[in-house]
Amino acid sequence: MTSLVELVEDRRIIICTGTGGVGKTTTAAVLALEAARRGRRAVVVTIDPAKRLADTLGLGELSNTPSRIEGDWPGELWALMLDTKTTFDELITANAADGAQAERIFGNRFYRNISGALSGTQEYMAGEKLHELHESGRFDLVVVDTPPTRHALDFLDAPARLTRFLDHKLYRALMAPTKASLRVVNVAASAVAKAIGRVVGGDALEDGLDFFGAFEGMEQGFRDRAARVQALLTDPATAYVLVASPRADTVAEATYFAERLEQSALPVAALVVNRVHPRFGKGLGPAARKRAKAAVGSPLEGLTRNLAEFRTMADGEERHLVDLAERVKPAPVARVPFLPHDVHDLDTLAEIASHLF
Amino acid sequence: MDPAEFLRASRVVIVAGKGGVGKTTVTAALARRAAQAGLTTLVVELEGRSGLSELFGQPALGYEPSVLVPAAAGTGEVRGRTLTPDDALHEYLEDHGLRRVSKRLVASGAMDVVATAAPGIRDILVLGKVKQLERADVADVLIIDAPAAGHAITFLLSARGLLDAVRVGPVHTQAADVLELLTDPDRCTVVLVTLPEETPVNELVETAFALEDRVGVSLGPVVVNGLYPTIEGLDVDPGDEPDADALRAAAAFRRARTEQQEEQVARLAERLPLPQWHLPFLFEADLGPAHVDELAAALG
Repeated sequence: MTSLVELVEDRRIIICTGTGGVGKTTTAAVLALEAARRGRRAVVVTIDPAKRLADTLGLGELSNTPSRIEGDWPGELWALMLDTKTTFDELITANAADGAQAERIFGNRFYRNISGALSGTQEYMAGEKLHELHESGRFDLVVVDTPPTRHALDFLDAPARLTRFLDHKLYRALMAPTKASLRVVNVAASAVAKAIGRVVGGDALEDGLDFFGAFEGMEQGFRDRAARVQALLTDPATAYVLVASPRADTVAEATYFAERLEQSALPVAALVVNRVHPRFGKGLGPAARKRAKAAVGSPLEGLTRNLAEFRTMADGEERHLVDLAERVKPAPVARVPFLPHDVHDLDTLAEIASHLF
Repeated sequence: MDPAEFLRASRVVIVAGKGGVGKTTVTAALARRAAQAGLTTLVVELEGRSGLSELFGQPALGYEPSVLVPAAAGTGEVRGRTLTPDDALHEYLEDHGLRRVSKRLVASGAMDVVATAAPGIRDILVLGKVKQLERADVADVLIIDAPAAGHAITFLLSARGLLDAVRVGPVHTQAADVLELLTDPDRCTVVLVTLPEETPVNELVETAFALEDRVGVSLGPVVVNGLYPTIEGLDVDPGDEPDADALRAAAAFRRARTEQQEEQVARLAERLPLPQWHLPFLFEADLGPAHVDELAAALG
């Protein structure tokens, strides 16, 4: 069985995954911090950090290059906040035959839309950034905080989805039918084009066709690159850390994530459960509730009722966690208690680390 | 603000908030409260797997509306359904006489290209369907469990964005109709949900201003979810009673969190001049119909 310590000491890539609002960004930052404290050069790639955490990490604004966070540790801690559009632009520049081709693409309205808004673009560019940082040799560990997605693990599918998209089947169908199926394709394509025109209007369709025209010749470069990103994401040495909170709905979602990872032959390396209510001692809910009932009207009424509420909560959360822990076996499960204060600076990150390591 | 009055004022109520703030629970409580006010209520789940039907002790929702809580004397029915972009697209194409190509559009991935050519097209199709439901008089009130905060802004901005991107055609008309719905306070309001914690409060304030300034929607009361109910006597010294340390620690924890929650509530009031509805934190890991009723009663 691996432990979180082994992950931050030995792995080169850790990907934090889970639904929104469970503390993924915080967990990613804590893992990178801990690696730095253990002497490694670590970088955390965040997607959308809360403002105060961003300030803590020196990420005042979007910066697509890592900035270093100074602190009292033997290793290095770096952070960057993913700028999807800039990452995409850099990719275009790197793959374009010349500056003119890149400019043509940058000027296209359709490109401006996809570089910011195509579903999966953010996920794909996170993978792209991961690849770039990993290959740079500047870091021993890259920790990635995945975007909150509506659909579990869009992150994993993103490279394939993007290349599928850039293969511009539609463009081919519309503009370059093969000889053998010329008539068939044309008839089918014009029906599709008509349908699309009906939905989005002619302008948008034309922008799209212009884009694919300008993109001509760059597909192979993109495909190769996407294949390398995909290989990195599915490398057995890449560790997936599932982040959850002990509420019924997020546990259900986390269970689904775990299943999806398993289907992709990517076992969960560790489960981090945030915001676990403290139990305060060892007692269970029912006994505490009995005592509280007996104390009604006495000076201890408030105190016993309060303790009973927390222990009842802890019992319920425990039930959820048992199921989830069973599901991700043999991955270790680390619990971070719901703290009496919010988390947003290096001291509180270190406090969380003290519960994980 | 009286919740029953609020829920009668506009037919579409969109519930939005950052992930993990209890948006779905609040959606359920609002729906229940609307039904208690005698309104036939339809809850629309946009993201799937939200756990909404479980809160009512019912199986997962589908495209066809199903009953979540039956009507009773003086109480309207609560129904629920899902509405995904794919559903909305299929219907849209069928309505426009394109049923035969609709399957191919989706299967060939051409839909991805289309959605990309004019971003927001999926959102506008979903909102267009909401508008259609509103017009079709399917219920007295529609409560929409919207995408999480960041997405909610994009989602609600889609209409304005598309009006610029697509100048003619049915999508343009659709976007114009949707924008008309969103910006008419007599037809639609947005309820934002937050936790009494620093980060969710900051995000809520940002979302609120973005929605007002950039979309022009009317914002209803803000729901602050998960406030620890007040308990008297937490300062009592338990002396050497059994488990005294635990009693003390639990009381200190609650006092600290309560104090912070009050600070955040005050900060929210200062930064956002909207009425607030406060919902209590329920010390239960599994919520069911009884809890939804409890929260519905606590609204307002």
